[in-house]
Amino acid sequence: MYQIACPHCGPRAQTEFTYERTTDSVVDPAADAHTAMHALYTRANPMGLDDEVWRHTYGCRAWMVLTRHRVTHEITAVKAIGPEALA
Amino acid sequence: MKTPYSAFSLLRGAFNGQKHWEPAWRDPEPRSSYDVIIIGGGGHGLAAAYYLAKVHGIRNVAVLEKSWIGGGNVGRNTTLVRSNYRLPQLHNFFEFGLKLWHNLSDDLNYNVMFSPRGAMFLGHNDGDMIKLAERGDAMRCDGIDAELLSPKQIAKIEPLLDLSRSARFPIDGALIQWRAGTARHDAVAWGYARAADALGVDIIQKCEVTGFVRDGNRITGVETTRGRILAARTGICVAGHSGHVAGLAGLRLPIEAQTLQALVTEGVKPMVQSVIMSQSLHCYISQSDKGGIVMGGDPDNWPSYARRGQPTIKEGAIAQAVSMMPALSRLRMLRTWSGVTDMSFDGAPIIGTTPIDGLYLNAGWCYGGFKATPASGWTYAHTLATGKPHELNAPFSLERFMTGATIDETAVGPMPNHR
Repeated sequence: MYQIACPHCGPRAQTEFTYERTTDSVVDPAADAHTAMHALYTRANPMGLDDEVWRHTYGCRAWMVLTRHRVTHEITAVKAIGPEALA
Repeated sequence: MKTPYSAFSLLRGAFNGQKHWEPAWRDPEPRSSYDVIIIGGGGHGLAAAYYLAKVHGIRNVAVLEKSWIGGGNVGRNTTLVRSNYRLPQLHNFFEFGLKLWHNLSDDLNYNVMFSPRGAMFLGHNDGDMIKLAERGDAMRCDGIDAELLSPKQIAKIEPLLDLSRSARFPIDGALIQWRAGTARHDAVAWGYARAADALGVDIIQKCEVTGFVRDGNRITGVETTRGRILAARTGICVAGHSGHVAGLAGLRLPIEAQTLQALVTEGVKPMVQSVIMSQSLHCYISQSDKGGIVMGGDPDNWPSYARRGQPTIKEGAIAQAVSMMPALSRLRMLRTWSGVTDMSFDGAPIIGTTPIDGLYLNAGWCYGGFKATPASGWTYAHTLATGKPHELNAPFSLERFMTGATIDETAVGPMPNHR
């Protein structure tokens, strides 16, 4: 287990957070069927860094993007997204 | 020809100090080309190589393993073997495998210690019992054994389960498959390796694939840490690392790697007779032949290749197991382990062709690959030999995600982290 630095709450236990999907698999509503299915159903799944959408589900419930290494679990960047990021 | 394992050769050895035994498989140098290369020396890859040689007569085959054979998920599971799925594509596939399991030790001349002790799913409420009855009906319609049990019948098989109404998860009944059970995981890898090697398959360990040799839209071989090896057909069979290896060929898969953990307690006298699972909870309990209680639960539901899991996930599985069988609370945990699972986007595997000529894929086993080993090897060998899927793996194509023909037993949708 490790800590994730929530942009709103500071460092909190990872168990408070849930993983959603990678940023490149967020489906654009305007995309054509092939592009949408490709985003929905395929992943790069690298043995290295990827940009992932996480949520502080058992905390402030805000969404964020983590740049996280999938072998070492090192988090190199946390970026707030959604309406909270603009506040 | 190798000395067959038998009581007779053991007896013969008694007179010569057991000096006649040879290594179970050779350690060959890779040749420059083969008819078929299988990437991954796990249970599925070794089984596919064995059936390629035995069923299809294709013996010019190499199995490339980056580490040592059987060091991946075939050595990191909870050894359960069953075919009790509701969807026909799944239960027909796993039932074909279960039939192979029942004769596997004889077929391989290697004791895989298959023990058909029965596997039961417990039901904790009306909804569970309806689902279990539906599943049992679906199985029996295809000739697969399934029997609904009352709490009284369960008590005779597993007297240590908490069958009282005050239990945290009261038990209303169960669905048991008597022909299901457990097997010795390492022996499965070693048995297939020995039998495949005897038929001429080259098992090449410490040989990591670092890239593919490409000619237009055709894969003609692989680059490895032990040089370039060419092949007419190349099969990926690397379980949790499918995304990484397919990525070397420029493919994106409907797969995300996650950590799955399991644990075993100290050895005790027989206290769990069958394999216990639950329709509502996600925890499985069985007792190994050495006496340890083997338990597992959910995957850590975020992507990782680290092979180390969070203690909280183990804690959750143990809490569920103890609530169902309180006597387990007195046992000490002896060992835990983790593996990288290839979580597919509908919970079902992928075995078949890819958009790239000469490249085949066997992946997406989620946390259910061990039981599939013989069926996966058999159908993958058929696909690699003929270039077309066997009727049993035809539904498990890579294209099904784009055409909407997913096989989603738990109806979760394209979210492997919620499965």
